[in-house]
Amino acid sequence: MSVVPIISLDGVSRVFGNNRALDNVSFEVFPGEVHCLLGDNGAGKSTLIKILSGVEQPTRGTIRFNGEAVAFRSPRDAQTYGIGTVHQDVGTIPLISVSRNFFLGNELTRGWGPFRRLDHANANRIALEQIRAMGIRRVVDADQLVGTMSGGERQALAIARALYFGAKILILDEPTAALGVKESKIVIDLIKKARAEGIALVFITHNATHALTVGDRFTVLIQGRAASRFLRGEKTREEVLNLMAGGEQFEAATHGD
Amino acid sequence: MAVMEQTLQSPSAPTISPVERLLRISWIGPLAAAIVIWIFFAIVGGAGGFTTVAGTAGWLNTAAELGIIAIPIGLLMIAGEFDLSTGSVVGAAAITVALGTGFYGIPVAYTILMALSLGVVVGCFNAFLVSRTKLPSFIVTLASNFILAGTSLGVSRLISGSSNVSIKDAGWAEPLLSTKWYFFNISVLWYLLAILIAAWVMRQTRLGNWILATGGNQDAARRAGVPVNRVKLILFIWTAVSAAFVGIMSAVMYNQGNAAQGQGYVFQTAIAAVIGGVLLTGGFGSVIGIVLGTFIYGIVSLGLFYTGWPTDWLQTFIGSLLVVAVLTNNLIRQRALNRGKKTS
Repeated sequence: MSVVPIISLDGVSRVFGNNRALDNVSFEVFPGEVHCLLGDNGAGKSTLIKILSGVEQPTRGTIRFNGEAVAFRSPRDAQTYGIGTVHQDVGTIPLISVSRNFFLGNELTRGWGPFRRLDHANANRIALEQIRAMGIRRVVDADQLVGTMSGGERQALAIARALYFGAKILILDEPTAALGVKESKIVIDLIKKARAEGIALVFITHNATHALTVGDRFTVLIQGRAASRFLRGEKTREEVLNLMAGGEQFEAATHGD
Repeated sequence: MAVMEQTLQSPSAPTISPVERLLRISWIGPLAAAIVIWIFFAIVGGAGGFTTVAGTAGWLNTAAELGIIAIPIGLLMIAGEFDLSTGSVVGAAAITVALGTGFYGIPVAYTILMALSLGVVVGCFNAFLVSRTKLPSFIVTLASNFILAGTSLGVSRLISGSSNVSIKDAGWAEPLLSTKWYFFNISVLWYLLAILIAAWVMRQTRLGNWILATGGNQDAARRAGVPVNRVKLILFIWTAVSAAFVGIMSAVMYNQGNAAQGQGYVFQTAIAAVIGGVLLTGGFGSVIGIVLGTFIYGIVSLGLFYTGWPTDWLQTFIGSLLVVAVLTNNLIRQRALNRGKKTS
């Protein structure tokens, strides 16, 4: 475990009009660690992800990369620091091929000038290698449509894609939300695999079981504030469920009884 | 690499059946339809001369003039946008050449350049409005179709007192745009060029990838770094310039330009693209499919003449075909997508 987080938010706030979406939140991610971000809808998870991935800029506070203050003006900016975001819709396009999806926006070409053309042979080979390296064995043809892949396999495609293009920090936005048990396991295994390779992961989920299975570090957001921050093993499953369900008030109420 | 090859061939990996491979070809439906419809008219209209060189040239000429516009229209639809302004661009381009060369006596090279520039301007206008206002392109281009149609009619009447202006001599443009070879118009060759360019773009360039992605999931494409608005700008210009080209060609071919001509292209091109398997909601379709769509349109509209039946029924026929084509395409696409899932 490194001492310096690869990326951290230092007392970050984000205000939209009168609405304080994030209020003085600190958050850090270490290489080879999974930081689970928990919280109800509207708790500020999306805003936090958007700030990490360069879509939104903080109103107050600092983003640090390896301890140095940085500013992300755009998603491209964040990407150059190695931040890869896998969105809920996975960012894949159902009616185009696996390999075209994999290289979308980073197409492999050969030749130059007017003869510059897509390098389908290499793109297909690399895309297939990378996806199969993720443990997805059912994909045998890089020309097949992404729509023929299951939800878990699409997550694998998106994760493989982010890692191949140099992501060191992977933000997974509710990757298991729409998946069944078997499919979720594929994703959980992928997260473990990426962690073992030293990738820093931010795992957003509603599912306490999934979070406790892989999480090393936890932050629970309630109404824009970091209501609770703890490490693996510091809280029981029940405590985590309580926090996720109602937060402090809920907890206070039960203690009050 | 050698290890990789081996795992690919490993028995645990499911193989892809030839049937599935066939179904995965996006233009397999339109191909089957084109063959069936051709055979139908060869039987019913064969005696009338449908299968002769003249008959074949007839439907190919129709397909070519339609297809030069239908191809970019189809690509635009794959990118998730419509362009209903092509009809007016055809008329405006024709009347520009006719007024310029026929009325003012400007050298034909300049008037052709003016007409093509008009296409660029209309394309930019459409793309700009669509990107800036976020209004559906259906409405934006419907509006520009009306604006341009009225303007060319008004300007033509103002200058020449008529909506119809003749050209005495189009000079060097004549052999280039109105040559006939047997019964085949030179437009067939221009169509071939248009097909080759579009096929190259879709298969071999980044732009082709971006067109598919833009229509498939615009937000995902944008996040992946695809310049979505630029993709649309290119396609809107491509479409309008192609429409202008067809207008110029018809002015030179018939030695006259009419400000009101060309409105038929608005729906015919979209119909050909959809019959050719282009998904109305974007993200799916192929150049070969669109070409087959224009062939089907040509075969049906010319074939009916050879059957001896009353041609009043042409639109009924085309309309029914459109419904059948859309249903078939949906079915094939669903099958292609479900096939992979069921084996898991």
